[in-house]
Amino acid sequence: MADEKDRTNARPEVDERGRSKVQDVDRSLYDFVKSEEGYERYADGLTPDIVRSISAKKDEPDWMLKMRLEALERFHDIDMAPNWGPDTSGLNMDDISTYVSPKTKQARDWNDVPADIKDTFERLGIPQAERDSLAGVGAQYDSEIVYHNMREEVAKQGVVYTTIEDAIHDPQWEPVVRKYFGTLIPMTDHKFAALHYAVWSGGSFVYVPEGVSLDYPLQSYFRLNASGAGQFEHTLIVVEPGANLHFIEGCSAPKYYEANLHAGAVELFVGDGARLRYSTIENWSKNMYNLNTKRARVGADATMEWVSGSFGSHVSYLYPTTILQGDRSVCEYTGITFSGANQDLDTGCKVILNGRDTRASMSAKSISKDGGVNTFRSSVVVGRHADNARCTVSCQSLMLDDISRSDTIPAMDVRNRTASVGHEATIGRISDDTILYLMSRGCSEEEARTMVVNGFANPVSKELPLEYAVEMNNLIKLEMEGAIG
Amino acid sequence: MASELLTISGLSAGTEDKPILHDIDLSVGAGETHVLMGPNGAGKSTLGHVIMGDPVYKVSSGTVTFDGQDVTDLAPDRRSLAGIFLSYQAPVEVPGVPLYSFLRTICQMRPELKTTARKFRQRVGQIMAELDMDESFLTRELNVGFSGGEKKKVEMLQLLLLRPKLAILDETDSGLDVDALSIVSKGIEAYRRDCDGALLMITHNTRILERLNVDRTHVMVRGHLVAEGPASMIDDIDRNGFGAYEDGLAASQGEKVEA
Repeated sequence: MADEKDRTNARPEVDERGRSKVQDVDRSLYDFVKSEEGYERYADGLTPDIVRSISAKKDEPDWMLKMRLEALERFHDIDMAPNWGPDTSGLNMDDISTYVSPKTKQARDWNDVPADIKDTFERLGIPQAERDSLAGVGAQYDSEIVYHNMREEVAKQGVVYTTIEDAIHDPQWEPVVRKYFGTLIPMTDHKFAALHYAVWSGGSFVYVPEGVSLDYPLQSYFRLNASGAGQFEHTLIVVEPGANLHFIEGCSAPKYYEANLHAGAVELFVGDGARLRYSTIENWSKNMYNLNTKRARVGADATMEWVSGSFGSHVSYLYPTTILQGDRSVCEYTGITFSGANQDLDTGCKVILNGRDTRASMSAKSISKDGGVNTFRSSVVVGRHADNARCTVSCQSLMLDDISRSDTIPAMDVRNRTASVGHEATIGRISDDTILYLMSRGCSEEEARTMVVNGFANPVSKELPLEYAVEMNNLIKLEMEGAIG
Repeated sequence: MASELLTISGLSAGTEDKPILHDIDLSVGAGETHVLMGPNGAGKSTLGHVIMGDPVYKVSSGTVTFDGQDVTDLAPDRRSLAGIFLSYQAPVEVPGVPLYSFLRTICQMRPELKTTARKFRQRVGQIMAELDMDESFLTRELNVGFSGGEKKKVEMLQLLLLRPKLAILDETDSGLDVDALSIVSKGIEAYRRDCDGALLMITHNTRILERLNVDRTHVMVRGHLVAEGPASMIDDIDRNGFGAYEDGLAASQGEKVEA
């Protein structure tokens, strides 16, 4: 934070009351659009023909097509729960194209990626991060992965990092995909899970063999460039016993006036004694409906760690779920949600403790400003056999003004007498004394608020690799610009 | 006589519903050491806060001029950058902000203090050694869980790093044990020695003043500055308290009413 180069280049103006004002900031870091000319774009709406077209284009095996068509029926059957969660009436599937693809083949070299797409990812810093600190990168642009590559030495260890489409066409991996795909998040889970299985495209398949530990993270980045489109990537990660992986997902999109939809699915299988850290930096544009589903199943003595920073989207429904199936398995969740004007973010986490001596610790933070709405839901289920299970949930909310809203909705279902479950929630504001203290050391009012908010977010950002922690701080800074009313 | 650094003239101020300071005139020359004394609740801290620009207090009349500039309407950050420093009685805790990165931030935003990371680190190390502070403080969150004495040391550390032209120390000595008091005194001496800055000490305790060369002493009672004099006034107050000043104010106000 202290060494950011641009700290001093723009002192805010001061208005007649001596309070600092700040000019609008350049959002071009995320908010830029590339032409869709020449792209393959399927008609808006949802029909069996569209689903068949997607499947045919991917030359899928029959089981996958059948699954898609069944999922489409489920989508039409399942209703949204009434009076639950943020309003999604602005989302009309008849106006969403479920498949938009740049006319390009997947590349393993950035030089083979079309110039404007390459430029997009360069502006997002992906190739640089790949060179500096990643073991492999997947980059999705609209509906298809346009770049996928992994370091040679990681491949030599037997690690597979590819698209599900490619894995499904590889005789060695097709059975693995088939074994796991759609088993942790069933298509009947909810309406948008059904939609996901009907039209999924892109995403990543990761397989880490037994005992293999990756020194550097893998990262998939999802960019939705097309307007009025949906992105439905599926991430399937299998970490075999004793293996260790850190996977990072990033996402962003430029701002449009019409609704965009993201309904991805993330299925994580963590073997006995394995460890998986799944980090997310999400910065969808503020016209996005982010109806995403993430779930992990964790074996004995294994650890699942979630680190999540959610900044974007108009509406989010996101509750990463961990099933602690094996004895002594552990789940740690650290997340932060930042909700500004015109954002209604319904997030949280769920944990199901089935094994004995399982441990779950969930720490969520939320920041609301300019009328933004944050709802944090936690769900803790302790199974009958989960002797000595321990779970703590903590939720801290920071409200930056009087017009924003923050709610905490905990749910607990404890079926074992020896279990211990705790929940605490606090809601706070930035005190005038704190602002005065920081201002009297030279920080402008905005810098002071940003510093406090960054400090509030620090327990999350310090869990991220440095580059992502910096990005998160920058996102907070961006969100805090002009936060003074 | 030194040129005036701080000039307060005809200043009245208070909160929205309550006047606190009445028609204050006070000047501090560059490099001088002044002491502001008075009983509890006299308005001493309020004056410190008003000089810093705390928006809780509204100035109803009068001006604050600092280094040739009218700062009466400036925000606290502007005053800080101009060279005013206020050390608080109870410094706030800022969770999640590491002390070192905070110090670096507040120094880097000042052109006169901008330096390389390495040189900055050295400077911080020197000052901390002088203040007998363990460097493990640097990775801790700003003031979070610090004892009263530790917080005051962090204030001294900032004072010596920022090198302000005027430091207002608001009851910096209150609630400190003998060791902490001696370190705070060292910090003040270092500031006087190395920065040649002016000092306005707000206190009702004369002990910390023993090692200082005080230029002027001001006495405040119920929001009025009622007396100003040389350092020897401190000894007098030490022996006799503020009773005479309180009586004097009451008498003068009584006269005003009669007149």
